[in-house]
Amino acid sequence: MSHTDVVISGFGGQGVIMAGIVLGKTISIFSDGFATMTQNFGPEARGGACTAQVVVDSDNPIRYPYVQHPKILIAMSQEGYEKHEPNLASDGLLLYEEELVEPHPGKRDQIKALGIPAARIAEEFGNPMVLNMVMIGFLAGTSNLIDIEPAKKAIAGCVPSHFIELNHRAFDKGYEYGRNKLEALKAAGSEV
Amino acid sequence: MHADPKGVLTGTHYLDGDHAAAEGACAAGCRFLAGYPITPSTEVAERCALRFPMIGGTFIQMEDELASIAAILGASWGGLKTFTVTSGPGFSLMMENIGLGIMMECPCVIINVQRGGPSTGLPTLPAQADMMQARWGSHGDYEIIALSPNSPQECFDLTIEAVNLSEQYRLPVMLMMDECIGHMTEKVVIPLAEEIDIVPRRWTREKPDTYLPYKPCDDLVPEIAPLGYGYRFHTTGLTHDQRGYPVLNAETQEECVGRLMDKVNKNAENIYHLEKHNLDDADVILISYGISSRVAIPAVGKAREDGIKVGELRLITVWPFPENLIRELAGNIKAFVMPEINYGQVVLEVERCVGGKCKTRLVGHAGGWVHDPESIYQAIKEVAQ
Repeated sequence: MSHTDVVISGFGGQGVIMAGIVLGKTISIFSDGFATMTQNFGPEARGGACTAQVVVDSDNPIRYPYVQHPKILIAMSQEGYEKHEPNLASDGLLLYEEELVEPHPGKRDQIKALGIPAARIAEEFGNPMVLNMVMIGFLAGTSNLIDIEPAKKAIAGCVPSHFIELNHRAFDKGYEYGRNKLEALKAAGSEV
Repeated sequence: MHADPKGVLTGTHYLDGDHAAAEGACAAGCRFLAGYPITPSTEVAERCALRFPMIGGTFIQMEDELASIAAILGASWGGLKTFTVTSGPGFSLMMENIGLGIMMECPCVIINVQRGGPSTGLPTLPAQADMMQARWGSHGDYEIIALSPNSPQECFDLTIEAVNLSEQYRLPVMLMMDECIGHMTEKVVIPLAEEIDIVPRRWTREKPDTYLPYKPCDDLVPEIAPLGYGYRFHTTGLTHDQRGYPVLNAETQEECVGRLMDKVNKNAENIYHLEKHNLDDADVILISYGISSRVAIPAVGKAREDGIKVGELRLITVWPFPENLIRELAGNIKAFVMPEINYGQVVLEVERCVGGKCKTRLVGHAGGWVHDPESIYQAIKEVAQ
């Protein structure tokens, strides 16, 4: 993985920052890498634009902590997509919540764009709050950035004990959805 | 003396700067925090509100910042290691009693997680624009110690250093964080308690009948008497003699305030904490502190690729200012470049020390976000010509 810049963007209340913390913790505490998370949000506790940036390096401590051209963009709101997609690296990966984000088709063909109905999946678990863990699972399933076991350890350290299992299941569902999506694309002859 | 293991959360953590500073305070032995919540510093108080009851400490949410600083000065006299935490608007409200802390020589720490100002400004967005306020904000002449971390690990480490310095030199010490560092999350390694050095309170060994509360030791710092052990003495914000009683004349003012200045200035070489890279053969030296030191990294790298000899000097201690070092370096280089998230504060000290011997270039802006590294690179390139 060496050096990878990730941006997670959505609304306040969707667990954007928590998703960033789980990602960073997975890499810097439970894998052998380094990860620095910075965040940007407004004064509103809920509903405002919210972004987490995670700079990841498998070998070296992070010195410059900001992201200019992310390799991976996780978009959980249309506003977040509109704001950050133009900065996405030309060979980047866009992971988006497909009922909350409508990407502009054909705008940048070389970007790999994969959608997931993460909010619906979270609702099926009976708790819309696990949307963020579905997205992190989807990230694990569609990229080689994080592995399952360290991610689950990170999740266990970030949520109240009686919610660990639910969050793990949400992560698994996102992961499985991602793997299936890649398989389907492969079967259809796409390069993945 | 080593840290009390009760307050040390030994292990590897993924923490933001605010939480790391709270853990630094616990490890340093702080057992009293009086504060009033304000973005982007609230998480420090929030974590202490959770942690202090577990380690025998007390957190009080006060009615405002005036009361917060007053309460920690009282707790300091009561014998506890103590701190408060705030951001710009609260820092302004604390200024009067910061002066009282300096005059009465109360060991305590004030953490300011800087946000955009003036007034309520930008609650959730960064600035480094309270640096001169830290130095000059309260009225009268005094010297201060201010440290500036550039990572969550340093928020932990420098909170301990700040508490230690406040005990060593008996004065309020400022930890000048910024919103970026406060809300940046990284790996923080908290060592074993026995690996953390702690400066204990400088209790006097004088007998109560011969004790003078403001008689300085060789390092110009007086010793403190423990309350409740028969020491009866007076302390005041008024100009005072060694007994602590007001003596309102020019001679006593010279002795009292002169010593408050000297105890920092004459010990400055022991206080400075600086990070230096490639200063020896540099043509241009980048001076920075806090988040700006990390934002400048791509700019320095790019300038070096162009063949420009760039040195780096990071002010971990911003106050006292390393005057002699700057004077010495100014004679050997073409220019200093200084990025700050303000319209020029610490750079004024650089200019003063340079005294025209080389160029000084500020890369400043009003706050709200960090610099574009390109602007720092352009400044380095221009002054190198």
